[in-house]
Amino acid sequence: MPTENFDVRYVAALVRLELTDEEASTYQQQLDKILDHMRRIDAIDVSGIEPTAHANPVFDVMREDEPGKSFSPETALRNAPKQRNDQFVVTKVVE
Amino acid sequence: MPSYLVSIGLEVHTQINTRSKMFCACRAHYGEPPNSLTCPVCLGLPGALPVLNRGAIEKTILTGLMLGCEIPPLSKWDRKNYFYPDMPKNYQLSQFDLPLCEGGGVPLYDLAYPKDAQKDIAQPGKVVRLTRIHLEEDVAKSTHHQNDTTIDFNRAGTPLMEIVSEPELESPEETAAYLNSLRQILNYGGVSDADMEKGQLRCDVNVSVRPEGQDELGVKIELKNMNSVSAVRRALHYEIDRQITALEHGETLIQSTRRWDDDLGETQLMRTKEFAHDYRYLPDPDLLPVRTGALLEKVRPLVPELPHQKIARYESDFGITHYDASVIASDLDLSAYFEQAANTLLEREDLHLKSPAKRVANLIINDLLAALNESEKPITKCPLSAAALAELVTLIDGGKISGKQGKEVFAEMFASGRGAAEIVKEKGMEQVSDTGALETFITQAIDANPDVVQQVKDGNEKSINFLTGQVMKLSKGQANPQLVGQMLRDRLSN
Ligand SMILES: [Zn+2]
Repeated sequence: MPTENFDVRYVAALVRLELTDEEASTYQQQLDKILDHMRRIDAIDVSGIEPTAHANPVFDVMREDEPGKSFSPETALRNAPKQRNDQFVVTKVVE
Repeated sequence: MPSYLVSIGLEVHTQINTRSKMFCACRAHYGEPPNSLTCPVCLGLPGALPVLNRGAIEKTILTGLMLGCEIPPLSKWDRKNYFYPDMPKNYQLSQFDLPLCEGGGVPLYDLAYPKDAQKDIAQPGKVVRLTRIHLEEDVAKSTHHQNDTTIDFNRAGTPLMEIVSEPELESPEETAAYLNSLRQILNYGGVSDADMEKGQLRCDVNVSVRPEGQDELGVKIELKNMNSVSAVRRALHYEIDRQITALEHGETLIQSTRRWDDDLGETQLMRTKEFAHDYRYLPDPDLLPVRTGALLEKVRPLVPELPHQKIARYESDFGITHYDASVIASDLDLSAYFEQAANTLLEREDLHLKSPAKRVANLIINDLLAALNESEKPITKCPLSAAALAELVTLIDGGKISGKQGKEVFAEMFASGRGAAEIVKEKGMEQVSDTGALETFITQAIDANPDVVQQVKDGNEKSINFLTGQVMKLSKGQANPQLVGQMLRDRLSN
């Protein structure tokens, strides 16, 4: 059953997971608990505290625009369940 | 029947011409063998860590500066969740709440409007405000076959800039002008070729209509799958008509996404709001935020002269018309060609040329562009160098050949790649500037037309032209008309 926190079936559909009724019920309860905890965090007064953009106070980690080495097509495709003409073959999905 | 107001907003995705991809060091290049430019990062393999490409960030900031955007001091990266085989890590790295650029605007240049709409521009000088520009990664290329889909990851992870406008465009023609102006500016900054037909620039278009007098915007319909500026214009004309007709019939429009079918010339429903994507953005923990201050200082001096600034400079420095300047400035390579030819001539003070830059502009606009168009050559492949064109101008401006002959010589130069002087000599075009030969013709003309001579003596300046014409005839068109006029005046003033 969806709660005021969220609807496990909707989220499962978003991440393309098929859940049994039993799983849906388990995850709904577990994730509800987590979200309840988030509500407690949400209730903390943070006015006057500067927002952080990242958990670590580290900035500006960049690399120069220099090309390096890439995989060969054979290496890139080594784990592909199905391949043809050096391309990955997947189920046809047309939006 | 009420009339309707149209509001159009664009989300433009444009590739950035960096050497490497956005979050890995694979080469960013097109036309390579499938899956030859991949690594764990751009294949989305588990555990692979992305690193930001400084060059892509700098070019996005440069774009922001060219378009008058604010560059916030801090920018960060987020995950946009979606499930599709062209993005196997199941999220696209993008920017949500702290994009690199905010605000700004795209000026709509007169010549960026479709040719048939240039005479009737509703709001000349209009600037369309931008909401934001952010940086993200492109997805892999899918090819759909009869029974399955194949995927090439060479494009996956290449930098993509998303430029989002406010819904301030009011017609399909303004929308076309927006795309063309934006492309010009991106070209000027060396950020992207931004050619829609090559897929370097793609756009989603939001369009709504509402009866005049209504303040809030109508129901927003998103259009996808337009592969050229003219297709965007066609799709919008169709869709605006469709929406107005629906409202006139008392139908209610539903917020939805529609696909443009250019062959059928119609839009078709893809999905309604109910099935809209829910991307669930979240901050990306693998990428660290970027402070833009130092990057901004590095990029600021790289902001180029923009099209409208170039046009103003051409008008003031070269004395050419606003229209001519606009045509030339609409293409960077053409601008370079023009400036080279014009400057070559302006440096030759010894030639005492009268209006060399104007003549260069005229030749470019009246002859060169037509010839290039006909032979389907870009200016960079022009068989006529800027120096060769300048040489032709010295012959015309110096009175060696007439303007009409100049056109003939130009055509020959373009076809053969030979020099102007050589062609003029071979065709025996050189105007007779030998005063001895001309004196004979002038005497003949004067003797044959005593009435006209009297008119000139009575102060009728125009009659000189008649006599000049007679001398031209006698010389079979080879006399230098300016010189003839001068000599006639000298002779008849005594
Ligand atoms: Zn890579």
